[in-house]
Amino acid sequence: MPAHDVLIIGAGLAGQRAALAAAEAGVSVAIMSKVHPVRSHSVAAAGGINAAIAADDDWREHAYDTVKGSDFLGDQDAIEIMCSEAAAEVMHLEHIGVTFHRNAKGELDLRAFGGASKKRTAYVADITGQAMLHVLYEQLLKHSSRVERYEEWFTTSVILDDAGTCVGVVARDVRTGRMETFTAKSVILASGGAGQCYRPTTNALICTGDGIAQAYRAGAGLMDMEMVQYHPTTLAENGFLITEGARGEGAHLLNREGDRFMSEYAPNKMELASRDVVSRAEQTEILEGRGVGPDGQSIYLDITVVPRKRILEALREIVNIGRDFAGVDITREPIMIRPGQHYIMGGVKTDVFGRTEVPGLYAAGEVACVSVHGGNRLGANSLLDTLIFGRRSAEHAAARAGEVPMPEVSDARLRDDAAMIEAIVARPRGGGRRISEIKEELGRTMNAEVAVYRDAEGLGRALEVVRRLKEESADAYIDDRGRVFNQDVLGAVELGYMLDAAEATVVGAVERTESRGAQFRTDFPERDDEHWLKHIVISRGPGGDPKIAYAPVTITDWPPEERKY
Amino acid sequence: MTEFTLRLRRFNPETGEAAYWEDHRVDLAAHRSVLEGILQARARFDGSIGIRCSCRAAICGSCGVRINGQPALACQTHLDEANASARDGAIVVEPMGNMPVIKDLIVDMEAVHWKKIRSVTPWLLAKEPVPVREYLVPPENMVDVTQSMACIQCGACVSDCLAMEVDPLFTGPAALAKAYRFVGDPRDAEHEERLRSIAEDEHGMYTCTHCFKCVDACPKGVDPMGQIMRLRRIAGNDLGIEDRNNGARHEHAFVKNIKRNGILHEADLLPDSYGGKLHPRALPTLVGSLPAVLRAMRRGKVTLGKVLRHPHKASREVKAIFKEVESHDERYELNLYVSGRDEDADAPTAKSGAGAGTGEGR
Repeated sequence: MPAHDVLIIGAGLAGQRAALAAAEAGVSVAIMSKVHPVRSHSVAAAGGINAAIAADDDWREHAYDTVKGSDFLGDQDAIEIMCSEAAAEVMHLEHIGVTFHRNAKGELDLRAFGGASKKRTAYVADITGQAMLHVLYEQLLKHSSRVERYEEWFTTSVILDDAGTCVGVVARDVRTGRMETFTAKSVILASGGAGQCYRPTTNALICTGDGIAQAYRAGAGLMDMEMVQYHPTTLAENGFLITEGARGEGAHLLNREGDRFMSEYAPNKMELASRDVVSRAEQTEILEGRGVGPDGQSIYLDITVVPRKRILEALREIVNIGRDFAGVDITREPIMIRPGQHYIMGGVKTDVFGRTEVPGLYAAGEVACVSVHGGNRLGANSLLDTLIFGRRSAEHAAARAGEVPMPEVSDARLRDDAAMIEAIVARPRGGGRRISEIKEELGRTMNAEVAVYRDAEGLGRALEVVRRLKEESADAYIDDRGRVFNQDVLGAVELGYMLDAAEATVVGAVERTESRGAQFRTDFPERDDEHWLKHIVISRGPGGDPKIAYAPVTITDWPPEERKY
Repeated sequence: MTEFTLRLRRFNPETGEAAYWEDHRVDLAAHRSVLEGILQARARFDGSIGIRCSCRAAICGSCGVRINGQPALACQTHLDEANASARDGAIVVEPMGNMPVIKDLIVDMEAVHWKKIRSVTPWLLAKEPVPVREYLVPPENMVDVTQSMACIQCGACVSDCLAMEVDPLFTGPAALAKAYRFVGDPRDAEHEERLRSIAEDEHGMYTCTHCFKCVDACPKGVDPMGQIMRLRRIAGNDLGIEDRNNGARHEHAFVKNIKRNGILHEADLLPDSYGGKLHPRALPTLVGSLPAVLRAMRRGKVTLGKVLRHPHKASREVKAIFKEVESHDERYELNLYVSGRDEDADAPTAKSGAGAGTGEGR
């Protein structure tokens, strides 16, 4: 049975950064991922990473922008840590090889981004996530004698001992179907978000809330789950992401009349207001009949106002996306976009060392909620979040390795999980619904009812659907009876993860009877600091139903104020 | 909605049976991707169809396959496009080449691709001392290496590399492009060691036969062959590294030949490619080529006169070209990844006029 001081689940930016930090601390470390590490969804992050590195910038300004962006739901102690450690983290990335774009002096160039009072986003064209992820993987290869890699291993459970401490995981080798118990003194979940609960979404097919559900089932609390970010510019055609970098470079949003309507909603920041603000503005234009496109359900993003050379140099990937997926040359004509599900601010509740409520279990990146994003994440803060808290979790877990013995783990959980998988494979074909149908209904429902605008009625319908789908998933059947690359059975396990994450999202959204950040309740349209300046924490109750608790918001220097852009 | 037929190559390693073709009819808008077609077939008819996929937007590099015989990302290929190149009305999707198949469309990238990537020391060997802030480097250099950094490790170039088909040990286009990513990076301290290592390896950069397959295959415009040629130029011109397959000498002989004669004087090309008529290295090749020379003489293509005299002389135009090229004292090694300038004339595009609403598009 493999045993490691620190075992990391997920190999995106948070996971790989954690692995490197743990290796540097000298403990035995392994990283496990259901896909090859460079396929992780961090690869799709386009725009850049925020850090106050310009001479005229200060991390406190970055922190304030983040607090304001979060609609004052972010925990300010955590935000201060993230922003004050940002510059050193970006320099570290530069030193290990990220090919950041330079200015004429050869220094890191910075671009403007939404909700930021200064240009503070370092970038590699519009493939920043890819460039960073591949460089971190280069470093994993460099340190391969110190970091064990389990590539294409699917985690089925987090294992707890009798005292409720996390002591490892059970996983299945995707290639062979073999199941194994992995013992660890500490486990760091870095397995990303749950965007697949929505259709459409900018998120990859692998973003199925695995870590969120695994932690939830192990007893950890989930926080801010109602806060779901709709990105203002996703391709109308199919929901693909068009980077905020486009607006950072100067692109305009236009309605049916050809007006830059953001002047009505955010006269100072215009297209570069916070994402929740811009998405809401777009949705309002659409609802009031000023949308574009055959069904009036879209908005124009006009990138032609950016010089062509600059587009080709800095926005190359969206030139490709426009051409490949919409048949539009973005250097010459506007492209149709709309708000689309992009990111979940919520996740497994952690402290600033990445510790969840379960001893020995850490979480970092989109799977976690520290909370640095509160009600709304600023663009280019997510890459920063993954690196800072990936590293901090690993440092803490590495220190813990010196304090606790290697646990003894029985194979009880392995037997349970193997039986669970066998049972799914053995379900009679035609006995229930197809897994794919349930996923489709879940995604459409969440996108209809738990989106930019919400109300009690729609949320109630969503909750009913999610609970019915939970029941239906119990006898939903699959086709693949094999062991080698049985993606079908893993899809069924993922559906269970998605339903847990979706349920927590809806329950949180029902509970929060106010409008803040990404949560806008048309039946409670005002922010209500008196009652709701607090986090909603959802845990799994004794009967399996969600149980609601609250956690205070940490405020250091910036008391809540009216939010204007 | 349009109906398309997908013909998938299926293989299940657990049955002991050979691979077979299976047709599925799918129903999607014409510009949707082949991947979406496969996912629809999987959702509706057969959940056991194996394909790696994740982002759906041509950035994660998971879904490299062959479509109608050509390597491509399934998510980046439109159904109507694929249908246009289909024979018998079926879009043929099969696993990539040069790598063992694990199941259906899933190949063993670890056994081939990743092994080769690891062989080129694929991490920065940073110059010392490491600065407190960033390394100061020219912006062009970072844009330049961003081309090879844009590689998403999908394996499409590896799939169809002809040199690798002949020599499975060839380092290959993806790994050599990765090597350039460091050789072109001013922060790397070991450019020369890197170049010597891929030059001295008999399966290294001189094994590329310049066939352009990888250039066509790459979905991200990485131009692996271009990167290999740049590695060779830097190795040959800056470090005097000998091309073990004679390619560099051949190139120089060719250029010299044209400069002198205006058109190719074949009788000189062969010996010059081996160091000149009197070079010991040239002798076996010259002897070996005698039958071809005799055949050419029989057909009147080569006469003794032509061999000894040089009837052609380079024209003024050819001389002017050489003069112009040689007047550049610096070799411009940066690539053309970033193309287009602000002053570029706006060439009309097929789509122009479609973007109503903005009036003055530029």
